Amino acid sequence: MESIIKYLWLIPAAPLLAAGISALLPRRRRRLSAGLAIGAISLSLLLSCAAFVATFHSGPVTNNFRWFDFGSTSVQLGWVLDPLGAIMAVMVALVSLLIFIYSLGYMAKDPNFTRFFCFLALFAAAMLGLVLANSLLLFFMCWELVGLASYLLIGFWFQKPSAAAAAKKAFIVTRIGDLGFLVGMLLLYATTGTLLFYDHGQGCLEPTAAGGLVASTTIALLIFCGAVGKSGQLPLHVWLPDAMEGPTPVSALIHAATMVAAGVFLIARVYPLMTLDAKQVVAWVGALTAVFAASIAVAQNDIKRILAYSTVSQLGYMMMGLGAGGVAVGMFHLTTHAFFKALLFLGAGSVIHGCHEEQDIRKMGGLRLRLPVTFATYAVGMMALCGVPLFFSGFWSKDAILDSFDREHWLGSQAPFYLGLFGAFLTAFYMTRQVCRVFFGKPNTPEAEHAHESPPVMTIPLVILAGLAVVAGFFGTPAWPWFQAYLTGRQAGFDLSKLMEGHALMVMLFSTGLVTVAIVWSGWIYGRAASRPARETDPLQAAQPALFACLQKKFYVDEFYDATVVRLTAAFAKFSDWLDRVVLGGLVRAVCWLVLALARLDRNVDESVVNEGFDVGSETVRDSGRWVSRLQNGQVQRYLRVIGLAFCALLLLLLWGSR
Amino acid sequence: MSMPNEIAFLLCALVTLVGAVAAMMLRNLIHCALCAAGAFAGLAAIYLQLDAQFAGFAQLLIYVGAIAILIVFTVLLTRGADILPGTASAAPSWWMGLPVGGLVLACLIESILASPSLRRLPPPEIQAPVKQIGEQLMNQFVMPLETIGLLLTAALLGAVVIGLREPRPSEPNSQ
Amino acid sequence: MTTPLAHYLILAALLFSIGLAGALARRNAVLVLIGLELMLNAANLNFIAFWRFGPHPERLTGVMFVLFSIAIAAAEAALGLALVIAIYRHRRTAQVDRFDSLKG
Repeated sequence: MESIIKYLWLIPAAPLLAAGISALLPRRRRRLSAGLAIGAISLSLLLSCAAFVATFHSGPVTNNFRWFDFGSTSVQLGWVLDPLGAIMAVMVALVSLLIFIYSLGYMAKDPNFTRFFCFLALFAAAMLGLVLANSLLLFFMCWELVGLASYLLIGFWFQKPSAAAAAKKAFIVTRIGDLGFLVGMLLLYATTGTLLFYDHGQGCLEPTAAGGLVASTTIALLIFCGAVGKSGQLPLHVWLPDAMEGPTPVSALIHAATMVAAGVFLIARVYPLMTLDAKQVVAWVGALTAVFAASIAVAQNDIKRILAYSTVSQLGYMMMGLGAGGVAVGMFHLTTHAFFKALLFLGAGSVIHGCHEEQDIRKMGGLRLRLPVTFATYAVGMMALCGVPLFFSGFWSKDAILDSFDREHWLGSQAPFYLGLFGAFLTAFYMTRQVCRVFFGKPNTPEAEHAHESPPVMTIPLVILAGLAVVAGFFGTPAWPWFQAYLTGRQAGFDLSKLMEGHALMVMLFSTGLVTVAIVWSGWIYGRAASRPARETDPLQAAQPALFACLQKKFYVDEFYDATVVRLTAAFAKFSDWLDRVVLGGLVRAVCWLVLALARLDRNVDESVVNEGFDVGSETVRDSGRWVSRLQNGQVQRYLRVIGLAFCALLLLLLWGSR
Repeated sequence: MSMPNEIAFLLCALVTLVGAVAAMMLRNLIHCALCAAGAFAGLAAIYLQLDAQFAGFAQLLIYVGAIAILIVFTVLLTRGADILPGTASAAPSWWMGLPVGGLVLACLIESILASPSLRRLPPPEIQAPVKQIGEQLMNQFVMPLETIGLLLTAALLGAVVIGLREPRPSEPNSQ
Repeated sequence: MTTPLAHYLILAALLFSIGLAGALARRNAVLVLIGLELMLNAANLNFIAFWRFGPHPERLTGVMFVLFSIAIAAAEAALGLALVIAIYRHRRTAQVDRFDSLKG
C-alpha cells in the first residue's frame, strides 16, 4: 500500500481541522467540540494503523514537496513513512484517543470544555505532524506548535496566577533549548544544503553524494539542546513540575506520554548525526537527570509532582538508552513509559476527582477500598514503572537500557550504569511511598472518607492502558526482540535462551534485587506511617531533616535560577525599557519638537514678513497718495500760480535751449 | 520818427497801464470795474493807431460796452460793493502771486528782446476795409464764423441755465 | 508807423503780467475775472501788433483772429460771471479762497 504515503498528511490534518472548527464554536457547543476532536483522532488512529501495516511491506517511503523558492534554492518539506515514525504515530494516536475519552468525564463540570478540546486537538495535530515530518524545518514548526499547545493547556485555568506563571515558565525554558536546536539546524543546513531527512540519497541523514554523511558533534549537541529543553533534562528541567498546574489529562497526555517524549524522538530521528562523543554526553546527561529527579521525588507530597519528577527521571533513562544502546532501546522505553505513565497520571486524576480536588498525599489514605478500579490499575502502573519483573513492561525496557552498558558495546565509563541502578532503587522507593500513603492505611481527612469511584468514561481508559502496560513489554524481551528488530529492519526470532545470556541475566537479577529491597523497605516505613495521622512529619524528614528539606526544595535549583538568570533578564528588560522610552522616545520627541518649532517659525514669518510686508506696502501707497492729494487744495489761485511758473519754465527752456 | 505818434502811443499806453493797475489794486470793486473799462478803452485807441480800426471799434463796443457793464452787474449782484472794513482784499497767498507775475514779466521781456522779429521794418500804409473783413468772414473764415455762432448760442443758454434761480417749494421767498 | 514793434510787445507783456498778478493776488472772484480779461486783451494786442508788422498785412489774419478772440472773450466773461453769481447764491461769498470743495 504505497499509496498510503499520499494520504499520510491526513493524519495530522484531521485533528488540525477539528481544532480550527472548534476554535470558532461558541462555548455551549460542548458535544460538537468533543465529538470533532475524538472523531478526528480516531481517524488519525485508523490511518496510523494502516500506515503501520504498510511499513511491513516496504522500506521508508517519502513524499516531499516544495514550499517556496528563494533565489536559486527552494525550501522543501515532506512526510516520511518509516518504522520509527509509524510506531510513534500509532502510540500517540492511541494514547491521545484514550485521554480524550477520559477528559469527557474529567472536564465535564468545567465551563471552558469547548476550548479544552480545541487545544487538545491542536496538540494532537502538531504532535502527529512532528512524528511524520521528513524535513527538519517541518519538524521544527510542529515542535514549536507543540510548545504552543502546551503553553495554552498548562495555562488553561489562567485565572490562577500560578497557572499563568507556570505556562510562561514552560514556554520560556523550552525556548532556551530551542535556541540551540535552531543554531544546530542552521549549521546542518549550511553543511549539507538540505533539511530533508530522506530524499532519495540527498537527505541530510543519508550519506550524501555531495559531502558525505555529516556526523558532527557540534550539530548533534546543539540539536540535543532542543531535546534537553523539551524533555526536561538536567539544567532545563525546572518547567516540568510546575506544568502540573494544568488539568490532569493535560499532564497525562503532554507531560508524560507524548510531548516530553518528542525530545527523545528528535534524538532518535537524527541518530545518524550522533558521534560517539555526542552519545557519551547524552548518556551522561540522562543518567544524572535520572538520579537527580528521582531523589527529589522522594521528598514531594503532591501526587502529581511525584509523578512529574518521575517523568523527568524516566526521560533521563530514555536518553541513557539512546546514548548507550541506540534508537531501539530508547524508543522501547519511550513506548512502554507512555502507556504506564499515562495510566499513572489518569489514575492520579481519578483519585483527585474522587477526593474532591485534593492533591496532597498526606491528606489521602485508605483509598484502595473506596476506589477499587483506580487502585488496581494504579498498582499495575506502579509496578510497571518500578520494573517489577516479568509481567510488567517497565522491567523489560529498563533492563534493555541497563543492558546496553555492557562493556562490549559501551566504551565509556560504567558510572552511568551505577547511577541507573541507583535511580531504579529510588524509583521503586518513592512509588511505594506514594502508593502506601494514598491507597493504604486509614483515611486522613473527611474527603478521603467519602471518596467515590470515577465514572466508567474515566475508568475504562485506565483499564485499557493497564492492559497495554502489561502487554507492551512482551514485544521487546531479549527472548523475542520484535520491537528492536522492527525498528532496525532485522528479523526477530523467538529464543528463550537469550534470556540467560551473561550480561543481560546479571542485569535482570541485580535490578530485581534492588527493586525488591526498595519496595520492602519503603513499604515497611510508610506502611506503618500510613496508619498514623497526616500532620505527623514524614519519617524520612524526622530522620534526616536537612537532606529532606534540600530534596523537598528541589536542590534549590529554582531559587538559583531566580537569583541569576531571571534577575539579569529583568534588569536588562528594565534597561531596554529605559532606552526605548528615554532615548528613542526622546529622539522622537525631539524630532516632533523640531517640526513644531519649524511650523511656528513658518507661521511667524508668514505673519510678520508676508502679511506685514503687504500691509506696509499698501499703507505706503495710501500715504503717498494722501500726500500727493494735498497738492489739490481746491485753491484756484494756487493752480494758476503753478501754471504761471510752468509757463516761465517752458519759455526759458525754449529760449535757452535753442542757444 | 514821428513825435506825435510816439506821444499818442505813450499816452494811450499810460492810460491802459494805469487803468489796469488801478483795476487790480483798488479796494472798491465798482471802481475796479470802471478802471478796467478805462484800460479797455486805452487799448482800443492803440488798435486804432495800428490801423485795425474795426478791431478797435469792436473792442470798444464789446469790452467796454458789454463786458465792463457785465462786471458791474455782477459786482452789484454779489454785494461786492458792501465790503466790510475788516476783511482783507488780498488773497491769503498774495505774496506768492506777485513774484510769479514778476517772473512771468521778466521771462516775457527776455523773450521779446531776444526775438529776431524786432528787426522788422514797419510795413507801408495798409487799408483794412470792413468790406474785406466781411468778405473774408464769409469765404475763408466761414467755418470759424459758424462755430462762433454756435458757441455764442451755447454760452447764452449756459449762462441762462446757470444763472437761473432754482425753484424752492419749501421757501416762499428764496435768496 | 514810427513806434517800433518792441514797444507794443513790451506793453502787451506788462499788461499780461499785471493781469496775472492781480488774478493771483486778489480775493474776490470778479477781480480774478477782470484780471483774466486783461490777459486776453494783452494777447489780442500782440496779435494786432504782429499782424501790422508782419509780412502780409493785406490778408487781415490778425484782425480776424482778434475779432474771434473778442467774441469768445465775451462769451467766456458772461459765463464766468454767471458762475460767480450762482456760487454766490449758494455760498453767500464771492471769495475765491472759500471755493475749495474740490480739494483732494
